[in-house]
Amino acid sequence: MARNLIRRLPILYQNHHHRLFSSATAAVAPSPSPSPSPTDEEIVEMKGVKVSGRPLYMDMQATTPVDPRVLDAMLPFYLSRFGNPHSRTHLYGWESEAAVETARAQVASLIGANPKEIFFTSGATECNNISVKGVMRFYRDKKRHVITTQTEHKCVLDSCRHLQQEGFEPLEEIGRICREKGVPFHTDGAQALGKIPIDVEKMGIALMSLSGHKIYGPKGVGALYLRRRPRVRVEPQMSGGGQERGIRSGTVPTPLVVGMGAACEIAAKEMEYDTRRVTSLQERLLNGIRSRLDEVVVNGSMEHRYPGNLNLSFAYVEGESLLMGLKEVAVSSGSACTSASLEPSYVLRALGVDEDMAHTSIRFGIGRFTTEAEIDRAIELTVQQVEKLRNMSPLYEMAKAGIDLKSIQWAQH
Amino acid sequence: MLRLALKRSLRLGPAVSDTPSAAMVASRGYHERVVDHYNNPRNVGSFDKEDPNVGTGLVGAPACGDVMKLQIKVDEDSGKIVDACFKTFGCGSAIASSSVATEWVKGKQMEEVLTIKNTEIAKHLSLPPVKLHCSMLAEDAIKAAVKDYELKKAKAAPKQE
Repeated sequence: MARNLIRRLPILYQNHHHRLFSSATAAVAPSPSPSPSPTDEEIVEMKGVKVSGRPLYMDMQATTPVDPRVLDAMLPFYLSRFGNPHSRTHLYGWESEAAVETARAQVASLIGANPKEIFFTSGATECNNISVKGVMRFYRDKKRHVITTQTEHKCVLDSCRHLQQEGFEPLEEIGRICREKGVPFHTDGAQALGKIPIDVEKMGIALMSLSGHKIYGPKGVGALYLRRRPRVRVEPQMSGGGQERGIRSGTVPTPLVVGMGAACEIAAKEMEYDTRRVTSLQERLLNGIRSRLDEVVVNGSMEHRYPGNLNLSFAYVEGESLLMGLKEVAVSSGSACTSASLEPSYVLRALGVDEDMAHTSIRFGIGRFTTEAEIDRAIELTVQQVEKLRNMSPLYEMAKAGIDLKSIQWAQH
Repeated sequence: MLRLALKRSLRLGPAVSDTPSAAMVASRGYHERVVDHYNNPRNVGSFDKEDPNVGTGLVGAPACGDVMKLQIKVDEDSGKIVDACFKTFGCGSAIASSSVATEWVKGKQMEEVLTIKNTEIAKHLSLPPVKLHCSMLAEDAIKAAVKDYELKKAKAAPKQE
């Protein structure tokens, strides 16, 4: 019976595979694909916005599509080899456990760690919680300082804030000398994993949070790297059956973990090639936009940045209004209007972006599956919308007339 | 100040969004009319600022992410607004609010347009609570334009005597 199931799998997969690729390029290729699925061509209306065909996806920092090879690796563990890895008494448990351990080794290999130092969790947010709260609560009688940076993800800052309520003191610097001073150094590697080479030895990292869905793996899984020499101890945040050596209780989700392992292995093999490709696509995007628009600012440093992330500010154009016009391109914005408060993104502010420019930023995310055609289309759409909005902008009008905007007394609320 | 009051009333506090959020936050959607005004904006443009029959209202601030410039052309004898145009730096709701404002002031008396309330604009566009400040700014813009015109007239009058 299992054999029959397995024979049927390739067919299931093929249909999915086809739709996976065709949906990404629907907005680019006007000619219909050989067997068009309904979502590719009909007009989609959601949240009051109509789009024809699915938008091009350029928000890779938010999440990535699952690599078909990863899905290949995962499916058997949902359908036939579905045992609980902690079941000690039968084949189902044994094979599931073996798969988890293989995945563990794959993740460890990508960051230069020992598999015994990898613990699976539900994602980078959980890892950050374990790292920050776990370490601090474990050492609460001896040390009470936490050093963090302004550009951290909300979950890290929130964890630090919680600790503040428990009596820990925050300081604001970043320390590379941490290891020499015996200070555990935690880094949130969610965006970096698989994209830039990471070596926990070389970088003196004691704890690292890793996320599956940022590297073309499944959502709902992450891994925590916890150094053994010198040993970093944490207080577990999840109580239960003591799985993952007591660090994180809960049944380890074999298919998700296998997916993450496969994603890491693929990333290790293809990192160099991906980086080169993504860098050239990033250049294409930036040059394409700059050749047709002036006053475009890149936020953050060009040299010290991951090439797949391009965060641009278009002077005199507000971010949310630009996003409204770019509905055929899925990007995200660092402007206040898209967040729940009226404040611009604190990450951008920490990067030194002027307040009024912070409202104008758009983040393009390029990844393994982004094509040149998609980049060209994104350039076209972006330039069109920016030009239209600049025509509607009083700030652009004033700037062109030679007025210095910084000298104006604005009638604020 | 208004921002603070709004924040408090919605209990937003220091909970700032983290990494830049996606264009469509789960709880918000654009009303048809807002999208319509964005795709087919009415009355975008500029009148000559120096024209004595033109009143210009410039409100908002780039740091807040909202700047509206609303101009009215007034018929000297009747006091009626014969034409209006706008330019806005701001989100879709801000653009739509100022666009609606220009439509509503056309053909009305100056005293009449001063009674246009932001709540009417907000209702017309089905603005969600987080976007109410856009309609308030539009109301301010109308008032500022009328005020500017009247100031101009007052300055011009003594010269004639």
